[in-house]
Amino acid sequence: MNLSFSKEDLDFKQEVVDFLDANYPGDIKERQDKRLPLDKEQNIRWQKILSKKGWFAVNWPSEYSGSPELSLTQKYILQNVLAEYNTPVLLPFGVGMCAPVIFSFGTDKQKKQHLPAILNSDVWWCQGYSEPGSGSDLASLKTKADKEGDSYIVNGCKTWTTLAQHADWIFCLVRTETTPIKQEGISFLLIDMKTAGIEVKPIITVDGSHEVNMVFFDNVKVPCENIVGEVGQGWNIAKFLLMHERSGIAGISSLKRELSRLRELSASTIVNEGTLLDEPAFRAKIEQTEIELTATEFTELRTLSSMSSGGSPGAEASILKIKGTELQQKLSELFVEMLGYYAHPFFAENELGSNDSIGPEYAGSIMPHYLNYRKVSIYGGSNEIQRNVISKAILGL
Amino acid sequence: MDFTFNEEQTLIQGQVEQFIQRDYDWESRQSLILTDSGYSLDNWNTFAELGWLGISLSDDSGGFGGSSIDTMILMEEFGKGLVLEPFLETVVMCAELIDKSGTLEQKKDVLTGVVEGKTQLALAYAEPQSRFNLADVMTEAKLESDNFILNGFKSVVMNGPNANKFIISARTSGDQRDESGISLFLVDAEVSGLSSRDYQTVDNRRASELTLESVVIPRSCLIGELDEGFTVLDAAIDRSILAISAEAVGAMEVLYKTTVEYTKTREQFGTPIGKFQVLQHRMVDMFMEYEQCKSLLYMATMKHDEDSADAKKAISGLKYQVGNASKFIGQQSVQLHGGMGVTDELNVGHYFKRLTTIGTIFGNSDYHLKKYTSL
Ligand SMILES: Cc1cc2nc3c(=O)[nH]c(=O)nc-3n(C[C@H](O)[C@H](O)[C@H](O)COP(=O)(O)OP(=O)(O)OC[C@H]3O[C@@H](n4cnc5c(N)ncnc54)[C@H](O)[C@@H]3O)c2cc1C
Repeated sequence: MNLSFSKEDLDFKQEVVDFLDANYPGDIKERQDKRLPLDKEQNIRWQKILSKKGWFAVNWPSEYSGSPELSLTQKYILQNVLAEYNTPVLLPFGVGMCAPVIFSFGTDKQKKQHLPAILNSDVWWCQGYSEPGSGSDLASLKTKADKEGDSYIVNGCKTWTTLAQHADWIFCLVRTETTPIKQEGISFLLIDMKTAGIEVKPIITVDGSHEVNMVFFDNVKVPCENIVGEVGQGWNIAKFLLMHERSGIAGISSLKRELSRLRELSASTIVNEGTLLDEPAFRAKIEQTEIELTATEFTELRTLSSMSSGGSPGAEASILKIKGTELQQKLSELFVEMLGYYAHPFFAENELGSNDSIGPEYAGSIMPHYLNYRKVSIYGGSNEIQRNVISKAILGL
Repeated sequence: MDFTFNEEQTLIQGQVEQFIQRDYDWESRQSLILTDSGYSLDNWNTFAELGWLGISLSDDSGGFGGSSIDTMILMEEFGKGLVLEPFLETVVMCAELIDKSGTLEQKKDVLTGVVEGKTQLALAYAEPQSRFNLADVMTEAKLESDNFILNGFKSVVMNGPNANKFIISARTSGDQRDESGISLFLVDAEVSGLSSRDYQTVDNRRASELTLESVVIPRSCLIGELDEGFTVLDAAIDRSILAISAEAVGAMEVLYKTTVEYTKTREQFGTPIGKFQVLQHRMVDMFMEYEQCKSLLYMATMKHDEDSADAKKAISGLKYQVGNASKFIGQQSVQLHGGMGVTDELNVGHYFKRLTTIGTIFGNSDYHLKKYTSL
């Protein structure tokens, strides 16, 4: 056991630093540093830059990514340096979710059609799992796909679909059969968003932003060949995907950056003769958060290391999801606390940054972020559901 | 000891309750946040007609001589309806201050208008560097012959955009954080040299940043004694903490009840989610937090009403508890509603946002715990 990096690792770190110094676009950096939302073009441009370097699809087998696979330590270093530079978070739906399903279960034709386009960020994917009646109980989903010749006719409604307004394709769980065991009639279906009969309606969230949508399917005709894996195997694929999405699930490296930002900003927040960082109560919360964060980081590293030596991640991913999201929420809360009254002025998303801000220049995005991040303990399997998973799978209760 | 409302108080409570239920439905409320002023003049006139705007003011000022218990009753009901009308800002923070410490002329000049619903007020006490310390005042007022000249900056002045007059704290002597040497001034919103930047706050209310550049006001605008404004301001903030805590308790009640109702009807895994024990316990905790706040609210309000020696400590204890409970109940209501909880459409998110700002206004939990310890 040891924690030190080898000479090769340190060289790799330098390579990442040099690459970012040379290639991180100024306009994107500016928005990121101000915590302003990126537009579609900026997201895509950044992903293409990483992809060209081979640092985009780092969890794909090199057969599909076309780049040498990074070691566990290299991935760790890459993630940390990217986070220190506060580069944009990659959109997971294509590269992290749909692609692993396609390269693990898809046909050659599906692989050829979709993987290069995902690798190159030419196609924007969204995830169509949840429905109004099926959230935590996903297996109860009702969106139907009825076979007609060599097509499926899809009818139903998906909801909370993140960034569907930008999406070119959606991967869906649909019911292809009514079976006594509800999990067995579900299939994994890829649908082109341009197909007739699809309608996207925005849902505005408490922070005033448009991030999620309802997607309606009215007799949408989808070729049968767009099913991934076997018909009726969708549920197993969905479970596989949950397991696959484990590295970086806790967002540790971004948390470390945000914590040190909080520390810096609170050291320049005046309270009487001193600063907020000198206030024992606030200081204690920062240090507690740091300890919890370090614990989570090493829980993640232990999990990843046991996986790389052949262990399976299983329900440990749930620990990381719970702890990571709790930390994200805690931090967003401490930023609000730090600002005091200046957390309250509120501007619509499109006014952010265009106005000179009220209070400190970083103030504008802090409350929206706090409100928006209530979502992280709800989506991706709520934290209650994750605790159910741990209690069943690990504790055997 | 008696924890029941008297006949008159019960009557008022019923009146406000009825108003909220009949005239303050959710759609009407939501349409108000889109208007310029962010509240309804019709509603404000109703408040005036029903005598609510003068409820806590003395008879001399055209009020009805009520107590902080009457204010508590109103505010708790307002909290349930998530009422946007600036009662706290105009009546509790300002009019009561003038009623208690203003000159006869100031009372006549301002309070008649308040009681009739014609005058809106705002208290400008915070500054960018002051955080929650009321004594941290850099805005200056200099006496020159018979005028005061004001220079400085006031931040996040609640109800600023609607105010006809401001009460502004300014330093007339002493150092930046001295309690003595602060004076309060009644300043017309139209006075030259006073400029404001108006905006919405996250709870859809209105606020302003005020800049004072050589604002000249006559000596008669001084409220209370020169240099002795801190005690007056501090007392106003104490009353305001009681009022906003009552609002919080009202909002908490709606949130925990709404959440309980939702979990009875929302089904997952073939059963109402309210059947899951972990959620039951969570809601029990929300309910208990609400009850604990209500207990401290009653206790602190009565102590304040009776001028008890430890009233200030009770008020800080209350605000500490309200800050924590607001956060817990707000966050958990969202959590238990799942995705629905984070939508702008549902009222839950709006109650959550108001409870979030209440947690900060007049000092957050850390601030009041420290103050509690020192008292
Ligand atoms: C911002 C955001 C983005 C999202 N993006 C996507 C997306 O891109 N694609 C997609 O398909 N979905 C997405 N989702 C949906 C998300 O996965 C669901 O919201 C989530 O699964 C919870 O479902 P629900 O909202 O229906 O809540 P419900 O399932 O109704 O849950 C309500 C509450 O009950 C609790 N609960 C439910 N069952 C149990 C149980 N058995 N034991 C204990 N507690 C329980 C939950 O934890 C929660 O607190 C997104 C959601 C949000 C908020």
